[in-house]
Amino acid sequence: MKIGIIIQREYLTRVKKRSFIIITFLTPLFFAALMFLPALLMQNSEKFDEKRTFAVCDESTIFINRFENTDFNTFIYIDNDIDDAKNLVREGVYDGVLYIPGTMLNLPTNAEIYSKKQIPMSVTTHIKSTMKQVLEHQKLLASGIDPDIVKASATTINLQTIRMSEDEGNDKKSYGELEFLLGMFLCVIIYFVILLFGQQVMRGVIEEKSNRIIEVIVSSVKPFELMMGKIIGIALVGLTQFLLWAVLTIGISTVASTFLPTQDVFSTGTVMNEQIADVQANTMNNDSLQKVFEVVNSINFHDILWCFLLYFIGGYFLYSAMFAAIGAAVDNDTDTQQLVMPITLLLIIPMICSGLIANAPDSSLSIWMSMIPFTSPAAMMLRIPYGVPIWQIAVSVALLYITFIVFTWLASKVYRTGILMYGKKVSWKEIFKWIKY
Amino acid sequence: MNYLEINHVSKSYETKKVLNDISIKVPRQSIYGLLGPNGAGKTTLIRILNQITMPDSGEILLDGKPLSPNDIANIGYLPEERGLYKKMKVGEQAIYLAQLKGMDRREADKRLRHWFMKFGIASWWDKKVEELSKGMQQKVQFIVTVIHEPKLLIFDEPFSGFDPINVNLLKNEILELREKGATILFSTHNMASVEELCDNIMLINKGQKILEGSVYDIKQQFKNHSYDVVYKPFDGSGEQHLTVNSTNPNELIREIIDKGELVSFNEILPSINDIFINLVSSSNKS
Repeated sequence: MKIGIIIQREYLTRVKKRSFIIITFLTPLFFAALMFLPALLMQNSEKFDEKRTFAVCDESTIFINRFENTDFNTFIYIDNDIDDAKNLVREGVYDGVLYIPGTMLNLPTNAEIYSKKQIPMSVTTHIKSTMKQVLEHQKLLASGIDPDIVKASATTINLQTIRMSEDEGNDKKSYGELEFLLGMFLCVIIYFVILLFGQQVMRGVIEEKSNRIIEVIVSSVKPFELMMGKIIGIALVGLTQFLLWAVLTIGISTVASTFLPTQDVFSTGTVMNEQIADVQANTMNNDSLQKVFEVVNSINFHDILWCFLLYFIGGYFLYSAMFAAIGAAVDNDTDTQQLVMPITLLLIIPMICSGLIANAPDSSLSIWMSMIPFTSPAAMMLRIPYGVPIWQIAVSVALLYITFIVFTWLASKVYRTGILMYGKKVSWKEIFKWIKY
Repeated sequence: MNYLEINHVSKSYETKKVLNDISIKVPRQSIYGLLGPNGAGKTTLIRILNQITMPDSGEILLDGKPLSPNDIANIGYLPEERGLYKKMKVGEQAIYLAQLKGMDRREADKRLRHWFMKFGIASWWDKKVEELSKGMQQKVQFIVTVIHEPKLLIFDEPFSGFDPINVNLLKNEILELREKGATILFSTHNMASVEELCDNIMLINKGQKILEGSVYDIKQQFKNHSYDVVYKPFDGSGEQHLTVNSTNPNELIREIIDKGELVSFNEILPSINDIFINLVSSSNKS
């Protein structure tokens, strides 16, 4: 089979390329680094930190001995006035001075830190939260309320959304945020891979046309075989890349998690939150970890993976057929711009509506978007994590695959005419004319 | 016996008639020249033979049978617009193209290595095409065209991009291929090589056949009875050259013999180049 020979060449020349190997192996490493490095750095932050001593010049006297010393930060309370203290900083006795001016009536809510070097955010956060705690405590006492009562009254609300299914006992808990994020992630990924591999098809066609090998080849095989061989070969390159990514990501995260227990990753992850709402942080820690596992378990990754592959293949074939037609119509890369525009626009529509779709995955807009073949791959990815009725997936996939067969057929007509046409500035009007030949 | 027969082939693009009722007969083991100015329809005719485009009407017989998709393996085509994948290795690429012509991988490898040796380019096997010069690439392309030992070879401007030494090498190869049984269709603007190689030619202009026949017959047909005469006059002066028109050469010689000693007497046959220019410009006027 000649198409087999073509697929083989298209596949092997791309897979053997240095850029393919580099991208395939570096991408999971990059993502792993993105996931684990911040956690790793946070964990070992002491290695990057240094000891500092701060003078506290507290005219209000409320905060004396209230700032807790940490491993790196020592607070020393001094009686000197602020100008003296500033001089001491200049001379290098202290790394900085915290100045809390005295107030007449109100509680002192303003403070200043003078230092020669930039004060790290962890220090300012620590100071602010200490002051806040102290002042709130004071205010409560002044109003005659026992601060312990307030502490005891703090409550966290858990609102569980459960989607009911027809048969009892199969109800699914759903976690809006995670599904939203997962949908967005899948939508962006499918958009990029369709565009990326579709444009590889286009560039491949342009290459054959511009180096003039095309006429030699079409005297041996049918243009349709050449076009399909290229499209299938590149699809296999894409699938190989996904497979390697999956294997490598699993491999790397297994290796990484043995060095770095998952517990720590999540707790260091909350360091960020701590700076915003540090009071809750510690109590949330274990709950949130448990919740993450629960959420992850609630999602059917198996189905999502299959849907992704199904829509990737359908969407890729549909778009790459159009890209092949464009590649055949032009003489070089620079001429493609205006012809590629409408096609990328079709792909971008669901991206633009992604917020609307993910927010209301069962609205009529969402359903229509996930049925129309040009938008369905990206739109369906937004809906999939929430669960989509099987008949909708079936109809949408059927429409997508029928459209891609029709478009491949149309594209092959444009392709056949275009590949032997040189030196002609081609418009969409011209391309539609070729379909009729 | 004709190996290739084209009967009443026509082809139009939209309203433009590119080929108008073209018929030719190419005898087995002959070299057939397809001549015509740019845009005459030569490339379209060649593409029809390669089944890249389909004719609107007419039929093509190869070895007495209508052209079929299986005939791809019987035809070797060197297009005028030709090239190779730049990033691919020479040997790998040659094997790929041979496979597309239906050859077995191992057989292709064996034959290619033989040809590479013959052309003295064996050391290029693992080089990338982009490392080769234009002329070197043409050699590879020639080999790829003939590698599957096709019975019909179609060369479109085969000598462009070659230096004189390699043109000669190529001419000898083409003649050798004919000896081995190939029938060759040859399109070119290089009239000198047409006279040297072709047994028969056809001249085509604006999609119309305006002339067909053997090179010898055509020259006879277009001769205008002029003769190049060199003689030494009896008065002892130097050799005289004369170009004379006459329908009666015997009469002419008789006249000259009286004037001096005849050194040489040659009929001037028109070159294919002159015939080409005359016919094309007069058919363009009409």
